[in-house]
Amino acid sequence: MADAAVDKGWATLLRRNGDEVVARWSEAAAQSLEGRMTRAELERDVREMYDALVAGVGEGDRHTLADASFAELRALLADVSHTRARQGFSSTETAVGVFALKEAMLGVLEEHGDLAAYRSFADFSRLIDELGLYMLEVYAQAREAVIGEQADALLELSTPVVKLWDGIISLPLVGTLDSARTQVVMEKLLQALVDTGSEHAIIDITGVPAVDTQVAQHLLKTVQAARLLGAECIISGIRPQIAQTVVALGIEFGDISTKASLSEALLAALRKQGTDVVRRTGRRDR
Amino acid sequence: MDRVPILKIGDILLVSIQVDLQDHIALALQEDLGDKIVATSARGVLIDISALEIVDSFIGRMLSTIASISRVLDAETVVVGMRPAVAITLVELGLSLGGVRTALDVDRGMAMLAASTEVRDDELEPDEHGAIDTVSAPGD
Repeated sequence: MADAAVDKGWATLLRRNGDEVVARWSEAAAQSLEGRMTRAELERDVREMYDALVAGVGEGDRHTLADASFAELRALLADVSHTRARQGFSSTETAVGVFALKEAMLGVLEEHGDLAAYRSFADFSRLIDELGLYMLEVYAQAREAVIGEQADALLELSTPVVKLWDGIISLPLVGTLDSARTQVVMEKLLQALVDTGSEHAIIDITGVPAVDTQVAQHLLKTVQAARLLGAECIISGIRPQIAQTVVALGIEFGDISTKASLSEALLAALRKQGTDVVRRTGRRDR
Repeated sequence: MDRVPILKIGDILLVSIQVDLQDHIALALQEDLGDKIVATSARGVLIDISALEIVDSFIGRMLSTIASISRVLDAETVVVGMRPAVAITLVELGLSLGGVRTALDVDRGMAMLAASTEVRDDELEPDEHGAIDTVSAPGD
C-alpha cells in the first residue's frame, strides 16, 4: 500500500496528465493576467515551466526548490520574473502564474487522484509556495535594478551643459537637488568649463522646485569650485517664492551674482566678457 | 628634482608645477619665488597647477602664502589650470584660497595679469615712463 501511495503521489499525477495540467494551469493563470499577455504567450510560458518542473521532479514526493535537479526550473523562473518586472507586471501578477498551478493540480486530483494523492498535495503545495516566493524575490531584485537604472538615466538626463555663447555655458537644473545629484552637477559643470575654456557659467534653477539651506550650500560650493578654476558663475531663474524662502532662511549668497531670469544672466555675462548686444536700427538689409 | 623652475616671461614669472609637490619642495619654491620677484622686479606671478592631481591643505595654504608674499612685493599672483577634481576637493575641505586669483589656463592668466598691470600703470603713471622708476628706486 505504501508503494502505491508513492506511485500515486503528485509527481506521478503531474507527469501522467501533462496536457490537462498545462491546459488548466493556463486557464487559471489567464484569469488574472487577462489582457496583459496573449494566450499563446502565456501557454508557452506555462508549458516551459511545466517541462522544467517535471524534468526536475525525481522519485518520491518531498522536494525543495534548492534541489540540484531544479536548476533549470530556477533559471526559467528567474527569467520569467525578470521579463514580467520589465514589462511592468505587478508582483501579484507575476506570482499568480505559478500559484495557478495549485488550482490546476487540485482540479486534476479531483478527477484522477485518490486519498493518497490528496495527502501528497501538501508537499506539492509547499514546493509551489517556494517557487512563488522565489519568483517574487527575483521580481523584487529586477525591479530594484530597473529603478536603479532609471535613477542613473535621470541623473544623466537632468544635467545637460549647454553652450550659450563663446565662453558662456549654462546649466539648467531641473528637479530636486540632493547631495548625489549636486556632486554630479558640480563635476559636469567644472569639466565643461575646462573643456570649453569658458569663463562664465550660468546656473539656472528655474526647474528646481524648492531651495533649502542644503541646496543653497551645494550651489555655493559649486560656485566656489568654479572660482577656483578661474570662472565666474551667475545663478539665474530665481522665482519670487524661492527668493522669499532664501531670505526667510537667512541664506547669504554673498558676492555671487544672482539674476531673476536666464536672459538677464546671459546679458550680464556678455557684458562682463566685453561683448555688447545692440539692436539694429533703421532699414534692415535683406 | 628638488626645485621647481621659475621662468621669466616679460615682467611675469611663470611657475609650472610638474612634479608631486612634497612639503620641502613647496617651501623651497616659496623662498625661491620671493627672491626671484625681488631680483627681477616682476609684476606678476603665474602658477600653473594643471599637472597637479592632488592638492592638500598644505599646498592650498602655500598658494595663499605665495599670493600674500607676492602682494607685499607688489606682484599679483594668478593660479591657473586647476583640475575640476582638485577644485571640488578644496571646496569640500573648506579651503577657498583666499586672496588668490584664478584663471582657466596660462593664456587667460597672462591676459588677466596684463589687464591688471595696465590698470595699475594708469593709476601710478600720470607722468611718463621714467617717473615710476625714479619713484620706486629709493624705496628698494
